[in-house]
Amino acid sequence: MPEQSFLEAIRTGLHEEMSHDPSVYLFGEDVALGGPFGVTAGLAEAFGKNRVVNTPISEGTVMGVAIGAATAGLRPVVEIMFIDFITLAMDQLVNHAAKLHYMSGGQLKIPLTVRVQCGISGNMGAHHSQSLESWLAHVPGLKVVMPSNPADAKGLLKAAIRDDNPVVFIEHRGLYWTRGQVPEGEYLVPIGKAAVAREGEDLTIVATAKMLLAALEAAAELSSNGISVEVIDPRTLSPLDVETIVTSVKKTSRLIIVHEAVEKDGIGAEIATQVQQEAFYYLDSPIVRVAAPFAPVPASPALEKCFVPGKTEIIRAVQRALNRLGE
Amino acid sequence: MATRENPTELVPLLRTMWLIRAFEEKVSALYAMREIRGLLHLGIGQEAVAVGICSLLRTDDYVFGGHRSHGHAIAKGADINRLMAEIAGRATGYCAGKGGSMHIVALDAGFVTATGVVGGTIPLALGAAFAAKEKNKGQVAVVFFGDGAGQAGAFHESLNIASLWRLPVIFVCENNGYAEFTPLSSHTLVERLARHAQTYKIPSTTVDGNDLLEVRDAMAKAAQHARTGKGPAFVECLTHRLRGHYEGDSAKYRELSELAEWKEKDPIARFTRELKRRKAISDKDIAAVENETRNLIEEAAQFALASPWPAPDEVASQVTA
Repeated sequence: MPEQSFLEAIRTGLHEEMSHDPSVYLFGEDVALGGPFGVTAGLAEAFGKNRVVNTPISEGTVMGVAIGAATAGLRPVVEIMFIDFITLAMDQLVNHAAKLHYMSGGQLKIPLTVRVQCGISGNMGAHHSQSLESWLAHVPGLKVVMPSNPADAKGLLKAAIRDDNPVVFIEHRGLYWTRGQVPEGEYLVPIGKAAVAREGEDLTIVATAKMLLAALEAAAELSSNGISVEVIDPRTLSPLDVETIVTSVKKTSRLIIVHEAVEKDGIGAEIATQVQQEAFYYLDSPIVRVAAPFAPVPASPALEKCFVPGKTEIIRAVQRALNRLGE
Repeated sequence: MATRENPTELVPLLRTMWLIRAFEEKVSALYAMREIRGLLHLGIGQEAVAVGICSLLRTDDYVFGGHRSHGHAIAKGADINRLMAEIAGRATGYCAGKGGSMHIVALDAGFVTATGVVGGTIPLALGAAFAAKEKNKGQVAVVFFGDGAGQAGAFHESLNIASLWRLPVIFVCENNGYAEFTPLSSHTLVERLARHAQTYKIPSTTVDGNDLLEVRDAMAKAAQHARTGKGPAFVECLTHRLRGHYEGDSAKYRELSELAEWKEKDPIARFTRELKRRKAISDKDIAAVENETRNLIEEAAQFALASPWPAPDEVASQVTA
């Protein structure tokens, strides 16, 4: 199995789906030029500028164009360069893409994929660093996918493009140059299925996107102290695979949820609620969230590193959860 | 007015206008009787735009509407029984009762969708036009919107992109002079919305939207332009809604004299006079058209009200495909 970066795996997924299905079109700012990170590099040369369409900086209308194209038989992939700018397209995404299947009594399908890059890296400040996934997961009719490794990035992207519903595919910028083995050719990861990234006995950590790497680092370090942590990657936030998380919590009796989005009203709140409903009597300590403070993302490197949770905060939370048993 | 039309081809246009008028009046009556609920925006007085535009469309052309779009769907060929049932919230409606008055979808007729968000479907029409251009079968997309949408960002972004990509989309602005309760002059200094099309280098025209044949003439040119790969066109139709913004709106913001002036310009009465002038229709046939359409609408209302409500377990079905 060849090794690829996260970014290359996405490009491979796009290339394969455009070869597989002539109704797949890409729309976005600078996509025909490869985009700011080179994710779409070479696709315009391979498939032509009719199918890899550079757009003006008009996110709301471009999203609407893609939805309209989907109603007329295309399978569009829209790139929103930074998730911060999805705010400009929320009307189209929330009021039309998400609802048209339902509102039309099933007459319309919107097979739309929205690729969007998110997260904190590079001290870009409050308008190029947000994590808005819980906004999107709150909307009935949208699927929300957030991979943490190159293989899942490829497999979930291909599944998203083939899905008959609008799927928001969230790419953490800090993962773009991470590497891993990626299966060649036809490789699909089902939407709505979590993965157990590391098995363990004493405590469960659920972590999304780049926070999964921090959780795995924490688990490795804790293991040398005799603490066995199970790490789960939800991979899809909506629909959420609660069953995999609950099964793990029933085994470990403790749960910590880690995400880069602000803690308040984040996806962690939803996971915690569902787990306590299903596994309340299995819990030996309160469910804890490790997440960003309730503040915009600061620009200064000195402040940014205080904003993002990491291995240290996760280990501290694990130790607190385990000590709670003896109180 | 155009003269090249064969007079007998024009009578069906009168019939479609009457079908819309009778439909809207029935909806209004059923709303007053609380047989129909919800937020209803009627297009009484604006029938000439819907009919003039849609009479030159093919079934496989794409039409998008707004919150005041019952007439657009009917003009595009939507089934009046299923449409009435949808507005009445019944299981037999086009959208199984999940859409309602503002979210009509009649895909069998090529009426793709309406929207409750002003200006919201303008970008969608561009998308359908994009797909039509790629399929290369001469299809066009049409979007109806009001003067209120002309101050929305999506309107300006869409004019720019449609022009840039030479999309086969026809922008139809129903300029009825009011955005909800407020006259257009309070919202913009650019009261002829076709001027914006000029800015984006889109061929445009402003016509008397209560003159069916003038609308149709403008549409014939616009459709020819779009179908032959020359890009978008913009038709601004000056018209007026004879009801309030929504059913229940007493429209106190509008002078009675203004309403009276527009009633004088009623598009159905005007077109009827024109048909008589051309000796295309007799008084007896005029009455027959009205009676026939009112009977059809009565039957549609009976169908709707006799239809079952959606089953409770439909509430969260079809959320995803």
